[in-house]
Amino acid sequence: MLIPCPVCGPRDSREFTCKGHAVTLARPQADAPPEAWDAYLHLRDNPAGPTRELWHHNAGCTAWLVVERNTVTHAVTGARLAGEVAAR
Amino acid sequence: MAELIAKSPAHGLVPVETAGARLTEAPLAPIWSIAPLRGKTEAVSDALEQGHGLPFPAPGTLHAFQGVRIAWSGLDQAFLMGASPAPELSRDAALSDQSDGWAHMILEGSAARAVLARLVPIDLAPAACPPGSARRTLLGHMHTLILHPGGDRFELLVFRSMAETAVHEVARAMTAVAARAAIGD
Ligand SMILES: [Zn+2]
Repeated sequence: MLIPCPVCGPRDSREFTCKGHAVTLARPQADAPPEAWDAYLHLRDNPAGPTRELWHHNAGCTAWLVVERNTVTHAVTGARLAGEVAAR
Repeated sequence: MAELIAKSPAHGLVPVETAGARLTEAPLAPIWSIAPLRGKTEAVSDALEQGHGLPFPAPGTLHAFQGVRIAWSGLDQAFLMGASPAPELSRDAALSDQSDGWAHMILEGSAARAVLARLVPIDLAPAACPPGSARRTLLGHMHTLILHPGGDRFELLVFRSMAETAVHEVARAMTAVAARAAIGD
């Protein structure tokens, strides 16, 4: 499995660690209701199809990436710097 | 007063020599991490040009000028090697002396690429890794920074504590490549 790191180019998945769904980029405000924090911390979809995840290129450039992949076909369809995604 | 003996990370472990490959240790030299503060990469590059005649390197690149080198070493980070950073650099970048943190080996020879192909999950052929390249990747299970100044020379930097493992892994691959060559393909 190759992940197209925007900094390093396509790299083997052994250079990366997966953190989980990219929902963690959207942190609730400190005064958000408990339900929002519960969802942020504990509730995850289990999609059959496209999903967005945070991957760390720990054995490469050390960037955090938002990787788009398909859980059914295992196709990796894109990767962007998490810093750029979060800045939007 | 006690006299301290400077000991290099791979002291006593190298040289290792096989048919077509030679593993040695680079002379001890300063290694400084230069991490530009947010939005300051251009200013840092200007200061590097002023102070060292070197640019802030684009991802994957290695530059040399008058015995001093700068290597891309990760996202928004570079290693200045062979000199202490010019004082102006501290204005717009975080600087840290990492000289003692790295073991710096040199693998060279006609079989160098074949040796690394057994340990490294990236393409080091000239088309994918031209002279003047710097790559962050894996050497076996170890994080590494590989510098390729040109020819059949590859410089392998690993965390100092892993020097012995790195030499062991590379030497084993060197032996295997030489054995394979000896019996013919
Ligand atoms: Zn990368």
